Amino acid sequence: MKEKNLKRLWMGIALLVLLAPLGLLLPAAFNAGDAWGEWGSEEIIRRIGYLPRGMMKTAGLWKAPFTDYTLTGNSAGSNIKGSLEYIFSGLLGAGAVALLSYMLGRWLARKENGES
Amino acid sequence: MHIPDGYMSPQTCAATYAIMIPVWAAAARFARRGLRTGRIPLLAMGAAFSFVIMLFNIPIPGGSTGHAVGAVILAILVGPWAACIALSCVLAVQALFFGDGGVLAFASNCFNMAFIMPFTGYAVYRLIAWRSAPQSRRHLLGAALGGYVGITLAALTTAVMFGIQPLLAHDAAGHALYSPYPLEVALPAMVLEHLLLFGPLEAVVTMLVIRYMQRNEPAYLISGNQRQPTEPEVAL
Repeated sequence: MKEKNLKRLWMGIALLVLLAPLGLLLPAAFNAGDAWGEWGSEEIIRRIGYLPRGMMKTAGLWKAPFTDYTLTGNSAGSNIKGSLEYIFSGLLGAGAVALLSYMLGRWLARKENGES
Repeated sequence: MHIPDGYMSPQTCAATYAIMIPVWAAAARFARRGLRTGRIPLLAMGAAFSFVIMLFNIPIPGGSTGHAVGAVILAILVGPWAACIALSCVLAVQALFFGDGGVLAFASNCFNMAFIMPFTGYAVYRLIAWRSAPQSRRHLLGAALGGYVGITLAALTTAVMFGIQPLLAHDAAGHALYSPYPLEVALPAMVLEHLLLFGPLEAVVTMLVIRYMQRNEPAYLISGNQRQPTEPEVAL
Protein backbone atom coordinates (compact mmCIF):
# COMPACT_ATOMS: atom_id res chain seq x y z
CA MET A 1 0.00 0.00 0.00
CA LYS A 2 1.21 3.47 -0.84
CA GLU A 3 2.78 5.32 2.09
CA LYS A 4 0.60 8.34 1.35
CA ASN A 5 -2.65 6.37 1.54
CA LEU A 6 -1.62 4.54 4.67
CA LYS A 7 -0.85 7.83 6.38
CA ARG A 8 -4.06 9.41 5.15
CA LEU A 9 -6.20 6.53 6.37
CA TRP A 10 -4.56 6.57 9.80
CA MET A 11 -5.24 10.31 9.97
CA GLY A 12 -8.85 9.56 9.12
CA ILE A 13 -9.08 7.06 11.96
CA ALA A 14 -7.53 9.58 14.37
CA LEU A 15 -10.08 12.17 13.26
CA LEU A 16 -12.88 9.67 13.85
CA VAL A 17 -11.61 9.09 17.40
CA LEU A 18 -11.81 12.84 18.04
CA LEU A 19 -15.40 12.80 16.77
CA ALA A 20 -16.29 9.63 18.71
CA PRO A 21 -17.97 11.51 21.61
CA LEU A 22 -20.84 12.00 19.16
CA GLY A 23 -21.54 8.32 19.82
CA LEU A 24 -21.95 9.26 23.48
CA LEU A 25 -23.77 12.58 23.13
CA LEU A 26 -26.26 11.70 20.38
CA PRO A 27 -27.93 8.81 22.24
CA ALA A 28 -28.23 11.05 25.32
CA ALA A 29 -29.70 13.87 23.23
CA PHE A 30 -32.28 11.56 21.70
CA ASN A 31 -33.09 9.87 24.98
CA ALA A 32 -31.97 6.46 23.71
CA GLY A 33 -30.94 3.81 26.21
CA ASP A 34 -28.56 0.86 26.00
CA ALA A 35 -28.28 -1.37 22.97
CA TRP A 36 -30.83 -4.20 23.03
CA GLY A 37 -29.70 -6.93 25.43
CA GLU A 38 -26.88 -4.88 26.97
CA TRP A 39 -28.73 -3.58 30.01
CA GLY A 40 -27.23 -3.31 33.49
CA SER A 41 -28.86 -5.09 36.43
CA GLU A 42 -30.94 -2.07 37.52
CA GLU A 43 -32.40 -1.72 34.05
CA ILE A 44 -33.18 -5.46 33.95
CA ILE A 45 -35.10 -5.20 37.23
CA ARG A 46 -36.95 -2.15 35.96
CA ARG A 47 -37.94 -4.05 32.83
CA ILE A 48 -38.95 -7.48 34.13
CA GLY A 49 -39.31 -6.99 37.88
CA TYR A 50 -36.54 -9.34 38.99
CA LEU A 51 -32.88 -10.06 38.44
CA PRO A 52 -32.41 -13.55 36.95
CA ARG A 53 -30.49 -15.71 39.44
CA GLY A 54 -27.87 -17.01 37.01
CA MET A 55 -27.23 -13.53 35.74
CA MET A 56 -26.48 -12.40 39.28
CA LYS A 57 -23.68 -14.95 39.53
CA THR A 58 -21.82 -14.40 36.27
CA ALA A 59 -22.53 -10.78 35.34
CA GLY A 60 -19.71 -9.28 37.40
CA LEU A 61 -17.14 -11.94 36.61
CA TRP A 62 -14.66 -9.66 34.89
CA LYS A 63 -13.92 -6.17 36.15
CA ALA A 64 -12.72 -4.22 33.14
CA PRO A 65 -10.36 -1.36 34.06
CA PHE A 66 -12.05 1.16 31.74
CA THR A 67 -15.65 -0.06 31.95
CA ASP A 68 -18.00 1.69 29.52
CA TYR A 69 -15.08 3.57 27.93
CA THR A 70 -14.32 5.61 31.04
CA LEU A 71 -11.09 6.12 32.97
CA THR A 72 -12.32 4.94 36.34
CA GLY A 73 -15.23 2.70 35.47
CA ASN A 74 -17.62 5.35 36.76
CA SER A 75 -19.42 7.07 33.95
CA ALA A 76 -18.94 10.82 34.01
CA GLY A 77 -22.01 11.14 31.82
CA SER A 78 -22.52 12.78 28.47
CA ASN A 79 -20.52 15.92 29.22
CA ILE A 80 -17.04 17.27 28.49
CA LYS A 81 -15.30 15.03 31.01
CA GLY A 82 -17.14 11.96 29.72
CA SER A 83 -16.26 12.96 26.15
CA LEU A 84 -12.56 13.31 26.97
CA GLU A 85 -12.55 9.92 28.67
CA TYR A 86 -14.30 8.50 25.61
CA ILE A 87 -11.60 9.93 23.32
CA PHE A 88 -8.88 8.54 25.58
CA SER A 89 -10.57 5.12 25.50
CA GLY A 90 -10.81 5.36 21.72
CA LEU A 91 -7.08 6.07 21.35
CA LEU A 92 -6.12 3.38 23.83
CA GLY A 93 -8.45 0.78 22.33
CA ALA A 94 -7.61 1.53 18.70
CA GLY A 95 -3.89 1.38 19.55
CA ALA A 96 -4.26 -1.91 21.42
CA VAL A 97 -6.35 -3.45 18.65
CA ALA A 98 -3.91 -2.34 15.94
CA LEU A 99 -0.89 -3.62 17.86
CA LEU A 100 -2.51 -6.95 18.71
CA SER A 101 -3.72 -7.67 15.19
CA TYR A 102 -0.43 -6.49 13.66
CA MET A 103 1.56 -8.83 15.89
CA LEU A 104 -0.79 -11.73 15.19
CA GLY A 105 -0.62 -11.00 11.47
CA ARG A 106 3.18 -10.92 11.55
CA TRP A 107 3.27 -14.17 13.47
CA LEU A 108 0.96 -15.90 11.01
CA ALA A 109 2.90 -14.58 8.01
CA ARG A 110 6.15 -15.82 9.52
CA LYS A 111 4.60 -19.23 10.09
CA GLU A 112 3.77 -19.30 6.41
CA ASN A 113 7.36 -18.56 5.40
CA GLY A 114 8.61 -21.25 7.73
CA GLU A 115 6.33 -23.80 6.12
CA SER A 116 6.99 -23.02 2.49
CA MET B 1 -24.73 -6.71 19.65
CA HIS B 2 -22.09 -7.25 22.38
CA ILE B 3 -23.59 -9.84 24.70
CA PRO B 4 -22.53 -9.08 28.29
CA ASP B 5 -21.72 -11.79 30.84
CA GLY B 6 -24.77 -13.05 32.69
CA TYR B 7 -27.06 -13.18 29.66
CA MET B 8 -25.90 -16.53 28.28
CA SER B 9 -26.26 -19.82 30.13
CA PRO B 10 -22.99 -21.69 30.79
CA GLN B 11 -23.96 -24.29 28.15
CA THR B 12 -24.34 -21.57 25.52
CA CYS B 13 -20.95 -20.09 26.42
CA ALA B 14 -19.32 -23.54 26.31
CA ALA B 15 -21.00 -24.42 23.02
CA THR B 16 -19.84 -21.22 21.31
CA TYR B 17 -16.27 -21.74 22.58
CA ALA B 18 -16.46 -25.28 21.22
CA ILE B 19 -17.39 -23.85 17.82
CA MET B 20 -14.98 -20.92 17.84
CA ILE B 21 -11.80 -22.76 18.91
CA PRO B 22 -11.64 -24.81 15.68
CA VAL B 23 -12.70 -21.72 13.71
CA TRP B 24 -9.80 -19.74 15.19
CA ALA B 25 -7.45 -22.63 14.43
CA ALA B 26 -8.67 -22.72 10.82
CA ALA B 27 -8.39 -18.93 10.63
CA ALA B 28 -4.78 -19.06 11.80
CA ARG B 29 -4.10 -21.58 9.06
CA PHE B 30 -5.99 -19.97 6.20
CA ALA B 31 -5.47 -16.29 7.02
CA ARG B 32 -2.28 -16.26 5.00
CA ARG B 33 -4.34 -16.18 1.81
CA GLY B 34 -5.48 -12.72 2.76
CA LEU B 35 -2.21 -11.74 4.34
CA ARG B 36 0.00 -11.83 1.31
CA THR B 37 2.85 -9.41 1.31
CA GLY B 38 1.89 -5.94 2.34
CA ARG B 39 -1.54 -6.64 3.77
CA ILE B 40 -0.60 -6.81 7.45
CA PRO B 41 -0.67 -3.01 7.99
CA LEU B 42 -4.08 -3.07 6.32
CA LEU B 43 -5.20 -5.77 8.76
CA ALA B 44 -4.12 -3.67 11.74
CA MET B 45 -5.72 -0.55 10.31
CA GLY B 46 -8.97 -2.31 9.47
CA ALA B 47 -9.14 -3.69 13.01
CA ALA B 48 -8.53 -0.22 14.49
CA PHE B 49 -11.17 1.24 12.18
CA SER B 50 -13.66 -1.40 13.26
CA PHE B 51 -12.99 -0.59 16.92
CA VAL B 52 -13.43 3.12 16.31
CA ILE B 53 -16.66 2.98 14.32
CA MET B 54 -18.19 0.82 17.04
CA LEU B 55 -17.77 3.85 19.34
CA PHE B 56 -20.34 5.70 17.24
CA ASN B 57 -23.56 4.65 18.91
CA ILE B 58 -26.47 5.71 16.78
CA PRO B 59 -29.67 6.32 18.73
CA ILE B 60 -33.16 5.18 17.88
CA PRO B 61 -34.93 8.16 19.49
CA GLY B 62 -36.49 7.05 22.76
CA GLY B 63 -35.32 3.49 22.14
CA SER B 64 -32.06 1.60 21.95
CA THR B 65 -28.76 2.29 20.19
CA GLY B 66 -26.61 0.43 17.71
CA HIS B 67 -23.54 0.86 15.58
CA ALA B 68 -21.75 -0.31 12.44
CA VAL B 69 -19.12 -3.06 12.83
CA GLY B 70 -16.86 -2.94 9.78
CA ALA B 71 -16.39 -6.71 9.58
CA VAL B 72 -17.19 -6.95 5.88
CA ILE B 73 -14.66 -4.20 5.04
CA LEU B 74 -11.98 -6.33 6.66
CA ALA B 75 -13.22 -9.45 4.91
CA ILE B 76 -13.03 -7.71 1.53
CA LEU B 77 -9.57 -6.25 2.11
CA VAL B 78 -7.74 -9.09 3.86
CA GLY B 79 -10.06 -12.07 3.33
CA PRO B 80 -12.65 -13.53 5.72
CA TRP B 81 -10.23 -15.70 7.72
CA ALA B 82 -7.90 -12.83 8.54
CA ALA B 83 -10.98 -10.68 9.18
CA CYS B 84 -12.10 -13.28 11.72
CA ILE B 85 -8.78 -12.91 13.54
CA ALA B 86 -8.86 -9.10 13.42
CA LEU B 87 -12.46 -8.92 14.66
CA SER B 88 -11.63 -11.34 17.46
CA CYS B 89 -8.82 -8.97 18.50
CA VAL B 90 -11.28 -6.07 18.51
CA LEU B 91 -13.80 -8.01 20.60
CA ALA B 92 -11.07 -9.16 23.02
CA VAL B 93 -9.92 -5.59 23.66
CA GLN B 94 -13.51 -4.39 24.02
CA ALA B 95 -14.28 -7.11 26.57
CA LEU B 96 -11.05 -7.01 28.56
CA PHE B 97 -10.38 -3.27 28.64
CA PHE B 98 -13.81 -1.73 28.40
CA GLY B 99 -16.27 -4.36 29.63
CA ASP B 100 -18.09 -4.13 26.29
CA GLY B 101 -19.23 -7.72 25.76
CA GLY B 102 -18.56 -10.42 28.31
CA VAL B 103 -15.56 -12.66 28.87
CA LEU B 104 -17.62 -15.85 29.17
CA ALA B 105 -19.67 -14.54 26.26
CA PHE B 106 -16.53 -13.67 24.25
CA ALA B 107 -16.85 -16.71 21.96
CA SER B 108 -20.58 -16.02 21.47
CA ASN B 109 -19.76 -12.47 20.38
CA CYS B 110 -16.96 -13.74 18.14
CA PHE B 111 -19.33 -16.26 16.56
CA ASN B 112 -21.72 -13.45 15.61
CA MET B 113 -19.39 -10.57 14.72
CA ALA B 114 -16.09 -12.27 13.84
CA PHE B 115 -17.46 -15.36 12.08
CA ILE B 116 -21.04 -15.04 10.79
CA MET B 117 -20.71 -11.41 9.77
CA PRO B 118 -17.43 -11.40 7.80
CA PHE B 119 -18.10 -14.74 6.09
CA THR B 120 -21.69 -14.11 5.03
CA GLY B 121 -20.94 -10.51 4.04
CA TYR B 122 -17.91 -11.63 2.06
CA ALA B 123 -19.91 -14.34 0.29
CA VAL B 124 -22.49 -11.77 -0.83
CA TYR B 125 -19.72 -9.38 -1.92
CA ARG B 126 -17.92 -12.02 -4.00
CA LEU B 127 -21.13 -13.24 -5.53
CA ILE B 128 -21.99 -9.75 -6.76
CA ALA B 129 -18.48 -8.54 -7.62
CA TRP B 130 -17.67 -11.90 -9.24
CA ARG B 131 -14.90 -11.28 -11.78
CA SER B 132 -15.68 -7.67 -12.59
CA ALA B 133 -12.87 -5.12 -12.65
CA PRO B 134 -11.88 -3.79 -9.19
CA GLN B 135 -13.07 -0.29 -10.13
CA SER B 136 -16.47 -1.48 -11.30
CA ARG B 137 -19.78 -0.56 -9.69
CA ARG B 138 -20.37 -4.22 -8.95
CA HIS B 139 -17.67 -4.13 -6.30
CA LEU B 140 -19.39 -1.15 -4.66
CA LEU B 141 -22.80 -2.77 -4.81
CA GLY B 142 -21.35 -6.02 -3.48
CA ALA B 143 -19.68 -4.17 -0.61
CA ALA B 144 -22.89 -2.35 0.34
CA LEU B 145 -25.08 -5.45 0.17
CA GLY B 146 -22.40 -7.56 1.85
CA GLY B 147 -22.28 -5.13 4.78
CA TYR B 148 -26.06 -5.05 4.99
CA VAL B 149 -26.54 -8.81 4.89
CA GLY B 150 -23.56 -9.49 7.16
CA ILE B 151 -24.64 -7.25 10.03
CA THR B 152 -28.28 -8.30 9.76
CA LEU B 153 -27.40 -11.99 9.90
CA ALA B 154 -25.09 -11.32 12.85
CA ALA B 155 -28.01 -9.58 14.58
CA LEU B 156 -30.15 -12.62 13.78
CA THR B 157 -27.74 -15.14 15.33
CA THR B 158 -27.30 -12.83 18.33
CA ALA B 159 -31.07 -12.65 18.74
CA VAL B 160 -31.35 -16.44 18.55
CA MET B 161 -28.72 -16.76 21.31
CA PHE B 162 -30.66 -14.31 23.47
CA GLY B 163 -34.02 -15.84 22.63
CA ILE B 164 -33.23 -19.47 23.47
CA GLN B 165 -32.00 -18.63 27.00
CA PRO B 166 -35.43 -18.70 28.71
CA LEU B 167 -36.01 -22.14 27.17
CA LEU B 168 -32.62 -23.44 28.26
CA ALA B 169 -32.64 -22.20 31.83
CA HIS B 170 -35.55 -21.22 34.05
CA ASP B 171 -36.62 -22.02 37.60
CA ALA B 172 -39.80 -23.71 38.84
CA ALA B 173 -41.63 -20.40 38.91
CA GLY B 174 -40.84 -19.87 35.23
CA HIS B 175 -38.34 -17.08 35.91
CA ALA B 176 -35.44 -17.04 33.48
CA LEU B 177 -32.01 -17.69 34.96
CA TYR B 178 -30.18 -15.73 32.27
CA SER B 179 -31.42 -13.54 29.42
CA PRO B 180 -35.16 -13.25 30.07
CA TYR B 181 -36.67 -12.46 26.68
CA PRO B 182 -37.95 -15.27 24.45
CA LEU B 183 -37.34 -15.58 20.71
CA GLU B 184 -40.58 -13.81 19.82
CA VAL B 185 -39.30 -10.70 21.59
CA ALA B 186 -35.58 -10.95 20.84
CA LEU B 187 -35.87 -11.69 17.13
CA PRO B 188 -38.04 -8.75 16.06
CA ALA B 189 -36.21 -6.35 18.38
CA MET B 190 -32.71 -7.14 17.12
CA VAL B 191 -33.44 -8.02 13.52
CA LEU B 192 -35.80 -5.14 12.71
CA GLU B 193 -33.49 -2.42 13.98
CA HIS B 194 -30.68 -3.89 11.87
CA LEU B 195 -32.83 -4.40 8.78
CA LEU B 196 -34.07 -0.82 8.95
CA LEU B 197 -31.28 1.27 10.46
CA PHE B 198 -27.96 -0.33 11.36
CA GLY B 199 -27.89 -2.51 8.24
CA PRO B 200 -28.15 0.50 5.90
CA LEU B 201 -25.56 2.26 8.09
CA GLU B 202 -23.17 -0.68 7.69
CA ALA B 203 -23.85 -0.68 3.94
CA VAL B 204 -22.92 3.00 3.61
CA VAL B 205 -19.77 2.69 5.75
CA THR B 206 -18.62 -0.41 3.86
CA MET B 207 -19.30 1.24 0.52
CA LEU B 208 -17.43 4.43 1.43
CA VAL B 209 -14.30 2.56 2.46
CA ILE B 210 -14.37 0.35 -0.64
CA ARG B 211 -14.91 3.47 -2.77
CA TYR B 212 -11.77 4.98 -1.26
CA MET B 213 -9.85 1.79 -2.01
CA GLN B 214 -11.18 1.71 -5.59
CA ARG B 215 -9.90 5.22 -6.20
CA ASN B 216 -6.57 4.88 -4.45
CA GLU B 217 -5.57 1.24 -4.07
CA PRO B 218 -7.61 -0.86 -6.51
CA ALA B 219 -5.09 -3.72 -6.38
CA TYR B 220 -6.31 -4.52 -2.86
CA LEU B 221 -9.77 -5.35 -4.18
CA ILE B 222 -8.47 -8.36 -6.05
CA SER B 223 -9.08 -11.42 -3.96
CA GLY B 224 -6.09 -13.48 -2.92
CA ASN B 225 -7.87 -16.46 -4.46
CA GLN B 226 -7.82 -14.95 -7.92
CA ARG B 227 -4.54 -15.77 -9.56
CA GLN B 228 -2.39 -12.83 -10.33
CA PRO B 229 0.12 -13.10 -13.15
CA THR B 230 2.34 -10.61 -11.32
CA GLU B 231 2.08 -12.36 -7.98
CA PRO B 232 4.24 -15.43 -7.50
CA GLU B 233 2.31 -18.50 -6.39
CA VAL B 234 3.24 -19.59 -2.92
CA ALA B 235 4.10 -23.26 -2.84
CA LEU B 236 2.07 -25.10 -0.22
